[in-house]
Amino acid sequence: MIRKYFLQIFTFVIVFTFTIRLIQLQLINSDYKFLSENNAILESPIFPERGFIYDRNNKILVANQPGYDLMVIPENTNKFDSIELGKLLNLSKNQLNLRLRKAKKFSNKIPSIILSEISTEEHAFIQEKLWNYKGFYLQRKSIRKYFHDIGANFLGYISEVNENDINKDPYYQPGELIGKQGIEKYYEDILRGKKGVNFFQKDRFNSVIGSFQDGIHDIMPKKATNITLTIDLELQKYGESLFKNKKGGIVAIEPETGEILALVSAPSYNPNILVGRERSNHYKKLVSDTISKPLFDRGLQAQYSPGSPFKVLNALVGLQEGLINQNIEYSCNGGHFYAKGAFMECHCKIGTKNNLISAIYQSCNTYFANTYKKIINSKTSSSKGVDSWKNHLSSFGLGAYLGYDLPIGKPGFIPDSKYYNKWYKKDGWKAPTIISNSIGQGEVLTTPIQMANFTAAIANRGYFITPHFIKSTNDNKNIKVFKKNYTSIDSIHFEPVIEGMEKVVKNGTARIAKINGINVCGKTGTVENFIKLNGKKTQLTDHSMFIAFAPKDNPKIALAVFVENGYWGSRWAAPIASLMIEKYLNNNVKRKWLENRMLNGSLESEYSKYFSGKSFKINE
Amino acid sequence: MNKPLFYRLDWMVILCYLSLVFFGLINIFSSTYNTKSQIVDLQINQNYNDRNLLPNEFSNEIDESIDKQINTQKVIQKNKEVNKQHNEIISFKQLIDINSLSGKHFIVFIVSIVFGFFILFIRTQFFQQLSYLIYFISILCLIGLFFFGKTINSATSWYIINGISIQPSELAKIGAVFALSRHLSDFNTDLKKIGSLLKGIILILVPSVLIILQPDPGSAIIFGALFLIFFREGLSFRYLIISIFGIILFISTLLFSFNYIIISIVCITLIIIFFVKKSYKKIKVSTFFIYMISSIIFVLSVNFIFNSIFEQRHRDRFNVILGVIEDTKGLGYNINQSKIAIGSGGLIGKGFLEGTQTKGNFVPEQQTDYIFTTVGEEWGFIGSFGLIIVFLILITRMLNQAEKQSNIYRRNFIYGISSLILSHFTINIGMSLGLVPTIGIPLPFISSGGSNLLAFSLMIFIYLNFDANRLNNW
Repeated sequence: MIRKYFLQIFTFVIVFTFTIRLIQLQLINSDYKFLSENNAILESPIFPERGFIYDRNNKILVANQPGYDLMVIPENTNKFDSIELGKLLNLSKNQLNLRLRKAKKFSNKIPSIILSEISTEEHAFIQEKLWNYKGFYLQRKSIRKYFHDIGANFLGYISEVNENDINKDPYYQPGELIGKQGIEKYYEDILRGKKGVNFFQKDRFNSVIGSFQDGIHDIMPKKATNITLTIDLELQKYGESLFKNKKGGIVAIEPETGEILALVSAPSYNPNILVGRERSNHYKKLVSDTISKPLFDRGLQAQYSPGSPFKVLNALVGLQEGLINQNIEYSCNGGHFYAKGAFMECHCKIGTKNNLISAIYQSCNTYFANTYKKIINSKTSSSKGVDSWKNHLSSFGLGAYLGYDLPIGKPGFIPDSKYYNKWYKKDGWKAPTIISNSIGQGEVLTTPIQMANFTAAIANRGYFITPHFIKSTNDNKNIKVFKKNYTSIDSIHFEPVIEGMEKVVKNGTARIAKINGINVCGKTGTVENFIKLNGKKTQLTDHSMFIAFAPKDNPKIALAVFVENGYWGSRWAAPIASLMIEKYLNNNVKRKWLENRMLNGSLESEYSKYFSGKSFKINE
Repeated sequence: MNKPLFYRLDWMVILCYLSLVFFGLINIFSSTYNTKSQIVDLQINQNYNDRNLLPNEFSNEIDESIDKQINTQKVIQKNKEVNKQHNEIISFKQLIDINSLSGKHFIVFIVSIVFGFFILFIRTQFFQQLSYLIYFISILCLIGLFFFGKTINSATSWYIINGISIQPSELAKIGAVFALSRHLSDFNTDLKKIGSLLKGIILILVPSVLIILQPDPGSAIIFGALFLIFFREGLSFRYLIISIFGIILFISTLLFSFNYIIISIVCITLIIIFFVKKSYKKIKVSTFFIYMISSIIFVLSVNFIFNSIFEQRHRDRFNVILGVIEDTKGLGYNINQSKIAIGSGGLIGKGFLEGTQTKGNFVPEQQTDYIFTTVGEEWGFIGSFGLIIVFLILITRMLNQAEKQSNIYRRNFIYGISSLILSHFTINIGMSLGLVPTIGIPLPFISSGGSNLLAFSLMIFIYLNFDANRLNNW
């Protein structure tokens, strides 16, 4: 009986097994469908041209240029002389072989990049000889072009995505470009546009044999957005030229709008060196330059003691709290004892009596030490006094990130009671303990952009708009509205302070900053600073510091200038600020003698002596 | 019984046969469909991708780039229109174009029908008398290959006569079935006698050894299926069970370390003895121990066979199927691509000529060994399941009809061809589905390959003859 049916049963069993397997493969497991699409279909991205960047007057800053990648399909290569090819590509034999091996390991059939971003000139040279090497070819792509050797610090750069970027945002595929710093990074989303996709049918040798399903799945790319910055190209250029052979920077803001007109950080570098095949070499050099730190944006990231300009803020707090008025005078005898046995020096002559305005333009330490003491002691305890003081300063954007549209920055520091209670025992400190804050030394730290910002707030008599770099985009979308921030100081209190600042330039410490026909208000600073040299805390020459705005009425520009180790604020910072103002408001600079002094002046010898290893004198 | 031949034909099998051949025609056409006309000039697109946009008064250039982009789209569009037209004019004419593989398939089909028509009128006696002669001729053809054969893909399996290639191993299958049917239906054949059994085995071994020497081990394996006739004719099922058990042991030895296998063999034996002893007190325990010990020896020798006798490529094939090696790019490429193609078909498939895997030539040998992937991809579950069911109907119908035979010779013959179709079916589709190691043999009626289609068509016609005359003594 079984002999009659065993083969039929056998057949049924096999058919049953196949059916189960078919159900599993075709009906249940959808992975295979997906795999098939990856396998037989080539997703060819279409990249929209990256958006251009313009300055506030619509002058082009950044656009694109053609670059070439040298590709290889390992399978197609013949035997070749790798030394000769290496010479052609300016690579050593080992480097070349390493890259070829990598490419081969990745895939024998899929092209890999051997050398990326070859310039047009090199391209012509390589192209000429490339026919000798089968399997290699040049592929065009679009890379960045910077039209001016300025603004490397805030423009940033683009480079190929790394694994991190890909993990963070699945939009990116290996080999694509992404903004890595500055505007390029912050506005990456709108500058890049949105890539589209063409789907092509591939055969198993990965060669395209047609478009897939009549292209119904293709996605058109979304055009990139061009952006216009608030930066003034001419002013920026001028600022950078003034900082030749100096360290430091300028932050210039239009007070009315919060637009950043110039952000100079020196030393800097030519942004074009971070384009093309030498980028990584150049980048390594920039990173490893720990003395000049060209990648460090001093305008945004450097936290200095603000020095004397900070006195202006203390005056405003004093006025607001009703602790001082225009008429109160303090006498100064070349300084004063702020506590038993503790003397604070001042450059006032013995017997000087200062009211608010003269204290500002003479930069009298005694006056502001007394004011500060009053502020701290005005509340029931020093702790409350210091916290109330901090609140006022915070309203100027100090001690926290400002919220401008660049990816880097530092918050600065304004100490509060918590901080002092931790350092000293609780209530183990009083106003004299922290008296250095009165004159912008001590624990207070600010970044230059914060200083420019509070200068703008003073210029506006009581408010500021968060500083920013973006002015507009060509499609008028995606612009963040930067809000108006009111300070905790009533606008009436600004007038006497501004008058003091006006006198600083007219007949105070910064007479050199005077410009015919423009009413400049400013405040100098000469900031003590220390670094660790060979493990020892060493004092260096003071930083030269100046804040200013002009004109006095209806101010058009507010700025903070600082020159590292430039000594007196009036020696470097004030003239530079004054030249910037003249350049911006008058378009040309008449005081050629001052301009030349700044352009040609160098602090290189000053900087080099710190690292010479020999003992050196400061404040010469 | 004396109705005209026309009414006595098994129309169900004819229907299955015709539908399979036609379905094969379509799928061969699709898997070899030339897509050259669809090449799009990608370079234009490249230009767009990497177009150079230098700024400054660039607004023009931006527009230009958009124009370029639109142009690209236009070119692709145009290409598509051309393709569409191309697609529309695919007709039966193209399907049987003599220069294409599907056309050749069709011609062989026509030739088979012509031969088949004459076969229908031949008396069974004639076949039976000539059985050994046919066998002998087919053996001679196999031997002749070593002198006059043409080597294709490193196997000397073909004669080329006037540009027509003939694969004698396909015809040898018929020869072997004839000879075995004759031998097993002989009056003095008794499978319980070692001599009769040995003679049968030799009849199978001779052609298979000759084919292994070509070398074409895949085709040789098929001859093993002919042993199934032996079981119909009274060979003890013990051998079948032992060989199935042997295969299971073989596979599990490759999958798991043999320590585990030996331990489980011992355990299973003890359990069986325990239960069997309870119910049948008379059974000898020693038999089980003999089985146990020989299993263990077998397992130990499998390692040796696998590592010493098998070639690396054979080992790889097993390892890929068993999942010991996971390598979808190299060794497992074919099977993986095949599974992807079949899986991507889904329920209703992508449609005729629409298979991306098929068009992309991802699956090698798609018109022959991997024809089932085209079916799976373009016709989906419905098509593949339908195909399997047609094979099921064909085989079971023939086996059923065989049981109605009054003549043992004819019954043996039908069992023989059914076993051949079943084994081809099992190995070919099993391989495409990733259930069986890669063994390159065609799917009867469906795969491209003239000799194969001719051989199986002739078998079907002989079956029709035998079935139509099943009530005749001769």
